[in-house]
Amino acid sequence: MSASATEPVDLLHPSARSLESPEAPRRRTGNTPRLVLLFVLGLAGLAVSIVVSIRIGASQIGYPEIGRALGWRLGLDVEPLPRLVDSLIWDLRVPRVLMAAVVGASLAVCGAALQAVTRNALADPYLLGVSNGASTGAVIVVVLGYGATTLGVTGGALVGALLSFGLLMVLMRRGGLDSMRIVLTGVVVGQLFAAITSLVLMASGDAEATRAITHWLLGSMAPSRWDGVVVCAIAAALGITLIWLCANALDGFSFGADTAASLGVNVRATRVTLLIVTAVLTSVAVATVGAIGFVGLIVPHGVRFLVGPLHRVLLPFTALVGAIFLVWTDALARVAFAPREVPVGVFTALVGVPLFLLVLRKRGEL
Amino acid sequence: MIVHDVDLDVRPHETVGLIGPNGSGKSTLLRCVAGLRAPSTGVVRYDGEDISGWSRRQVARRIAFVEQVSHADSDLRLIDVVGLGRTPFRDPWRGPTVIDRLVIEAAVERLGLTGLEERQWSTLSGGERQRAHIARALAQQPYGILLDEPTNHLDVRHQFELMELLAGSEATVIVALHDLSLAARYCDRLVLLDGGTPVAAGTPDEVLSRDRLRSVFEMDAELGTDALGNPAVVYRSPISAAGRPTARRTAT
Repeated sequence: MSASATEPVDLLHPSARSLESPEAPRRRTGNTPRLVLLFVLGLAGLAVSIVVSIRIGASQIGYPEIGRALGWRLGLDVEPLPRLVDSLIWDLRVPRVLMAAVVGASLAVCGAALQAVTRNALADPYLLGVSNGASTGAVIVVVLGYGATTLGVTGGALVGALLSFGLLMVLMRRGGLDSMRIVLTGVVVGQLFAAITSLVLMASGDAEATRAITHWLLGSMAPSRWDGVVVCAIAAALGITLIWLCANALDGFSFGADTAASLGVNVRATRVTLLIVTAVLTSVAVATVGAIGFVGLIVPHGVRFLVGPLHRVLLPFTALVGAIFLVWTDALARVAFAPREVPVGVFTALVGVPLFLLVLRKRGEL
Repeated sequence: MIVHDVDLDVRPHETVGLIGPNGSGKSTLLRCVAGLRAPSTGVVRYDGEDISGWSRRQVARRIAFVEQVSHADSDLRLIDVVGLGRTPFRDPWRGPTVIDRLVIEAAVERLGLTGLEERQWSTLSGGERQRAHIARALAQQPYGILLDEPTNHLDVRHQFELMELLAGSEATVIVALHDLSLAARYCDRLVLLDGGTPVAAGTPDEVLSRDRLRSVFEMDAELGTDALGNPAVVYRSPISAAGRPTARRTAT
């Protein structure tokens, strides 16, 4: 026994709860500094990715032009760009790249949250069927002939997504929200709306509508404009923060609802909150840019492999990596077959599948 | 499983064993006491207070609950699992404090898991997982611990170590057990459940009478002492439906 030891304290006894943290300078333990550094580096990486990818596209833009467009708007003393170039940068490229970052972050975080809530490694943001609801809404708007305006499709998709989520919640209003029920009800709702979409498309027999919808279904950043970016960014900021505040509860779900409840997690309230937040975030994203697949599935797995499964750390990194991933895949979608543009959803899958396999291999699951 | 007509009063620091055959309602009763299932009639009280209006967090700051070993897949490391026990004390926006880490360390050490902290859950044995869950429960600094068959999956040494830990603990313990000898040896009191209702409660001597072992467990057995003087249940043979021992009796 060391001589300095005073009364031995049993740290596992309730009486030890009144202990204050040792007055020693708050020891930031473990690998916190390393993680903070990594996160700051990641943010820098995102910033660089955004700037670089603004340049990339069917029409090449130089950094000086980007600088001038930005500088002029900040009121700096720079010569304004010609209208057309300025519009290309400021009204098309910049919102598009920012939209990719915002949507990438939202989808990835929703995927991570749903994987924890349903304790299902294959869960992704479209598990709840909201993307099918969004497609139905979009198709109906296009077939009815209001598809010419972007807002028409977006609005229709948003209404459809929220309707399908409403139906999901109505179906689940009785009984517990256990993982299997969420998954199965999501499948039921999703299939119902998928069938309605096909029915409407077939009944209308409009080839143009079918083509437009196919493009939209795979997801494309092309229709991104500033108003959409602002809406998505606000939703993402609020939603991701709310999900992050549930991080401890998400960890608690690791061993099922009873263990979570015994750890002081209000299981039902947490599940309802997370379902609503992920559904709204996904609906807003899908309504604007279509159902971009794979981001919400693979990014959380990849990040879990890098920083571990504790959601407090996992969620911010998931948002960051999701944003960077979608910024780059969208840049790829713009130039791979330029001047023809490929839906970004094609590339998220093409790039995502090998990455997913790699992660599974490394974890020894395949 | 429906449990009814339970009138159970557990005193502070007591170690109470719940025993009974499969399906007798041990798990259901534990879940009621843990506040995970609300009883349709009757109340659960901690220190005389009805818990039905309590938040999950309030309950979790009093009582820790260890489920029967689940085969949950998880990416967590052992130390993360033990750290879950700090959940009832953590703010959503703050990371673990120094106190949290010290408590987790102490819980890991108490269960003899030192050295395994960084191991992935999937690489741990059943016994190590069970002990990690118990360490997680201790990290809740609980006034009471409820455990559902915690000795399953443990080897003999760890079964005895765990029971000694529970019996010697300051906390009030309610533990569902299958092993009657362990129950008789380490519990202050036993509650015998049959068909969803307690049929006997009291000291091991009072509860584990030969008649009850026969009527409830359908075993020809009795509580005695082993060669070292510890209480132990000696089993002769199961009893057939006709009420007669099925196996041939050894010479008496």
